Amino acid sequence: MARWQGRIIKVDDYRWKIPQDYKEGMRVPGLIYATEEMLESIREEQTPEQVANVAFLPGIVGYSFAMPDIHWGYGFPIGGVAAMDIDGGVVSPGGVGYDINCGVRLLRTGLTAEDVCPRITQLIDELFRNIPSGVGSEGKIKVDQKEMARIMVEGARWAVKRGFGYEEDIEVTEEGGCLTGADPSKVSDKAIKRGMPQIGTLGSGNHFLEIEVVEEIFDPEVARVMGINEVGQVLILIHTGSRGFGHQVCTDYLHVMEQATAKYAIRLPDRQLACAPLASKEGRDYLAAMACAANYAWANRQCIAHWARESFAKVFGKSPEQLGIRQIYDVAHNIAKTEEHTFNGRQLTVCVHRKGATRAFPPGHKDVPQCYRKIGQPVLIPGDMGRCSFVAVGTARAMSETFGSTCHGAGRVLSRGAAKRSVRGREVVEELQRKGIVIKAESISSLAEEASEAYKDVTEIVEAVHQAGISRKIVKSKPIGVIKG
Amino acid sequence: MRRAFEIFDHTADIGIIAYGADIKQVFSNAALALFSLITEPESVEQTLYRDFEISSEDRETLLVEWLNELIYLFDAEQLVFSRFDIKDLTENQLQATCYGEYFKPGKHKAKMGIKAATYHMLKLEKDNDGYKARIIFDI
Repeated sequence: MARWQGRIIKVDDYRWKIPQDYKEGMRVPGLIYATEEMLESIREEQTPEQVANVAFLPGIVGYSFAMPDIHWGYGFPIGGVAAMDIDGGVVSPGGVGYDINCGVRLLRTGLTAEDVCPRITQLIDELFRNIPSGVGSEGKIKVDQKEMARIMVEGARWAVKRGFGYEEDIEVTEEGGCLTGADPSKVSDKAIKRGMPQIGTLGSGNHFLEIEVVEEIFDPEVARVMGINEVGQVLILIHTGSRGFGHQVCTDYLHVMEQATAKYAIRLPDRQLACAPLASKEGRDYLAAMACAANYAWANRQCIAHWARESFAKVFGKSPEQLGIRQIYDVAHNIAKTEEHTFNGRQLTVCVHRKGATRAFPPGHKDVPQCYRKIGQPVLIPGDMGRCSFVAVGTARAMSETFGSTCHGAGRVLSRGAAKRSVRGREVVEELQRKGIVIKAESISSLAEEASEAYKDVTEIVEAVHQAGISRKIVKSKPIGVIKG
Repeated sequence: MRRAFEIFDHTADIGIIAYGADIKQVFSNAALALFSLITEPESVEQTLYRDFEISSEDRETLLVEWLNELIYLFDAEQLVFSRFDIKDLTENQLQATCYGEYFKPGKHKAKMGIKAATYHMLKLEKDNDGYKARIIFDI
């Protein structure tokens, strides 16, 4: 792809503005959060053009935002944030993505690296056996259409009711693991049939489950509130989404939105930005179906977290309670939500699209669970397989500036094919082993696609959002074991 | 004779270019290319078949919907196909019969999870040697 040559204005060391007059039809400017060095690599793809394209959408407020981890996506860039005014604004499935509510759940344990490292191979084997993963894998929970309807409406609670996890998990899940407004009648039979065999599966691609060890604590007081007390403590990170169910909902509604875009005479620079007014039937239907997929994803992560606890219990011969395994938080990375915000002194109800971005609400916000109300919402930022992950918290600055949003992860720099050509799957395994990371994957060859070289360095990404003030880094952890599809 | 299809990289995702002497063959080769991303079509025996009838607003959209139908069947029923008979193809309608079997881990290699065929950079065109289609998949 050709390097992007458009006009960009430096606001400060971490903010870059694409002026509104860059392209006729932009309703607001674009704002990219990045260091100068990152911006160079962001320009390598046509990603800034996508940031400008999002600014065409009716009802967009403030800016078309991009986080430092942005990379090219369908319509919206991945790492894009856009808030649409409920009055006159639109909703776009491309602003959420195919993997609706792809997200991250983080559990802490009372174990340390010393406890876990000697048994890491056994533990990874057990997790791999217990958690279905990979292309074409079927889950071990059998659900019928009626049960699917309950998953779509109840989300994580459906899983807890079935004995997968605890009530307290729900309290520390974004939206309580259940987005309101879910209406199964707005979901196609196809999506339901695609989702039925896949509930309780990790999937393939960049989805994984990782055992991590705390490497650095930047703010011990805040970390303690999350139950992270010391360097060496073991954490469990789960990264997956709504599987084929969400993909089908997106596919179905992209088609609906194509027709809606024409019907409502919305002018767009890219077909994949297809959208409909929030107040229209098409817009409302999509949000109701998207909520079903978001809830499916929360149920999915709830099941997987339960099996992770079970696996630890089996290997260590103690109950999850005795092992101190408790959920820290669960965040969505791909979602559109109706939220109240104050922007430039104006109180607004907006539909915030976060595609490869994380909600980052500040201390004191009513939607932050009581136990974290003082520190702000935990933000979970996984890196790639071989490097590290971060826990951050939301800030008041994010709230006033980015509609309470921050980055979500590392962001690709190499295509999957290019990654495969530069390194072989077997080499990735060996490289990880040298670093002391045990990995088990359904497909060894696909591991090359997820090699560290394929991603931006998450440490730099987190540093950029920390310095920009739209979230605050609290803990850094590194992997010691990974399972992948 | 041109190859049936080619595969190319596209940032985080993957694309195919399918060729055909006529438009039906392009649709058939695009489906074959899709299953070559999911598994190895050579290993797929033709022990069962499915009939398809798809209609859409135009031919390009029809192509995307045809491929999305196949992606759906793989996820929902674990069906993999290796032969695609396009019986009838108009500007906005397709009739086809596909032959294949159920995906069996061990027998079939699991290569890539495909989320969807997208409209991005979608192209269906006629050139000197016949027809050519470009589709990018989200993976």
